[in-house]
Amino acid sequence: MTSLHAEVAVRRGAFALDVTIAAHPGEIVGVLGPNGAGKSTLLAVLAGHLVPSAGVVRVGERTLTAVWDQRVESAVRPEHRSVGLLGQDPLVFPHLSARENVAFGPRATGTSAARARVVADEWLAAVGLAGLADRRPDALSGGQRQRVALARALAAEPAVLLLDEPFAQLDVRTAAELRELVREQVRRTRTATVLVTHDVLDAVTLADRVVVLHDGQVVEQGRPLDVLTDPVHPFTAALAGVNLVVGTLVALPDGSTALAGPDGVVVPCASQRPGGRAQVTFSPSAVTIGDGWSATVVDLEPGTTGVRLRTSGDVLVDLPPAQVAQLGLHVGAQVRLSVPAEHVRVRPLT
Amino acid sequence: MTRERAVGVPGLLWLPAALAAGLLVLPVVALLVRADWRSLPADITTPSALDALWLSLSTSVVATVVCLVLGVPLAVVLARAHGWPADLLRALVTLPLVLPPTVGGIALLYLLGRRGLVGQTLDTWFGISIPFTTTAVVIAQAFVAMPFLVLSVEGALRTAGTRFDVVAASLGAGRWTVLSRITLPLVMPGLVSGTVLSFARALGEFGATALFAGNSPGVTQTMPLAIYSAFNGAGVTQGTAVALSLLLVFAAVAVLLAARAWRPGRAA
Repeated sequence: MTSLHAEVAVRRGAFALDVTIAAHPGEIVGVLGPNGAGKSTLLAVLAGHLVPSAGVVRVGERTLTAVWDQRVESAVRPEHRSVGLLGQDPLVFPHLSARENVAFGPRATGTSAARARVVADEWLAAVGLAGLADRRPDALSGGQRQRVALARALAAEPAVLLLDEPFAQLDVRTAAELRELVREQVRRTRTATVLVTHDVLDAVTLADRVVVLHDGQVVEQGRPLDVLTDPVHPFTAALAGVNLVVGTLVALPDGSTALAGPDGVVVPCASQRPGGRAQVTFSPSAVTIGDGWSATVVDLEPGTTGVRLRTSGDVLVDLPPAQVAQLGLHVGAQVRLSVPAEHVRVRPLT
Repeated sequence: MTRERAVGVPGLLWLPAALAAGLLVLPVVALLVRADWRSLPADITTPSALDALWLSLSTSVVATVVCLVLGVPLAVVLARAHGWPADLLRALVTLPLVLPPTVGGIALLYLLGRRGLVGQTLDTWFGISIPFTTTAVVIAQAFVAMPFLVLSVEGALRTAGTRFDVVAASLGAGRWTVLSRITLPLVMPGLVSGTVLSFARALGEFGATALFAGNSPGVTQTMPLAIYSAFNGAGVTQGTAVALSLLLVFAAVAVLLAARAWRPGRAA
């Protein structure tokens, strides 16, 4: 029942990672970001496989990593950090049974064989594998292997649990079950948890807080609901499936204010005064087709409620399939788009 | 009845394939045909033949143990090391594979011989002389056999990677525990095949042994040396050479079959 606090700076060639992250006991902090954002580097530092250029990693009262002014003041080895790992590949030891896998942590840290066996069976029961303790990994399904890996990670009683896209290789239903299981076990054991993912579903279903990384920098953080409904960064907007347009506030002929974005995009911003720059966010389903700015259809793909159009200016539009057929939309077609003012969120940029 | 049809083999491949198989198998067949089966029991139970067989088996076992005790650590170090010193060492380790064994024998003499680089010190300080002893036989065998073990274990370690080791460490296992309970069990197939190859190579070793250990019956005369002596007609007939050869063939086949029968995880 300890909390994690880490301030990490890594310099590697042109890449710079600067993250401060904290997780309370039983809290799941989601780290979101595109490939190359520095998520894996952050995990490597927390797990002790990489000594950062500068920074500190503290778990409760213990300092696991401390580097100041090029001096490594402490760098606790991975096996002494009490930091558990669960990645997208379960990496269940192939030469050991499910029970021996789960018992490995307790055995390695000095628990007697008999006691470790009991602990392992309890954990296997907790993850719903009570009858399969004697199975070899090759006789288990992918979801069952991931359950073994979760039980094994938690049986070692880590102070901090690192989850690295743990559901990425599972089918939709198994992933949903595993998410529920992870949440339940993390809460029950009150383990401070860091969840690295680029799946928005992981963030909204599991994370208490999210930190969005881009190019090694934290671009936004907060409750998943707040971050995803009102994204500040284009990556977060894309993740949330929300349109984000940056532009200049201008006065329209009718006296109202609108945001003029790239490629002729015009979005009403009634509450703002002309002048200065701002960014607006709106849902793809809020966009109406018929009048407004002129755009070209760049792409058509299946959307959540029908068909999703990507149009010039990077504006996504969700339409019912029947309307797409009726309008005869295709790649390269010209359309006129508008967004009702009540569906637009405006954020002035300074 | 349905049969799956694979892509198949181009017809042109059959001829060279048959020739290759012939080249590898026919010499042994010739040996079997040429053997005088009536005198065989007597030939292979002469005291000198039994001495040679016992010496061969015992020295090969000891040499294989030496290969395991020293070669596995070397393989682990090489598999985990980076940079040019490791690359250089990796190349040097395979040298005994490409070197003619006679060259290896001469090199060992220059290292451990009475006037050798290390041998001189051993002789003057401790009164130890290695050449032309049974110890020399074991050293010569280990010299030619060790690369097989190091190469196959190192290859298996590289294929296995370090991902399981990382997980084991995150569970609190120290480096020795990770090595003994995860790393080595995972490369067991490579370890077993490397051990078998090393043993087979040690059993067949001739050139380095002849030069470094000599050909003294009961002390350094292993099976290959006994066969060579018999074939050159030093007191015995060529029939003895053939009989001894067959004995070595059977021993080698037995080792190879035993290794094939053992498959990790098959019992599970």
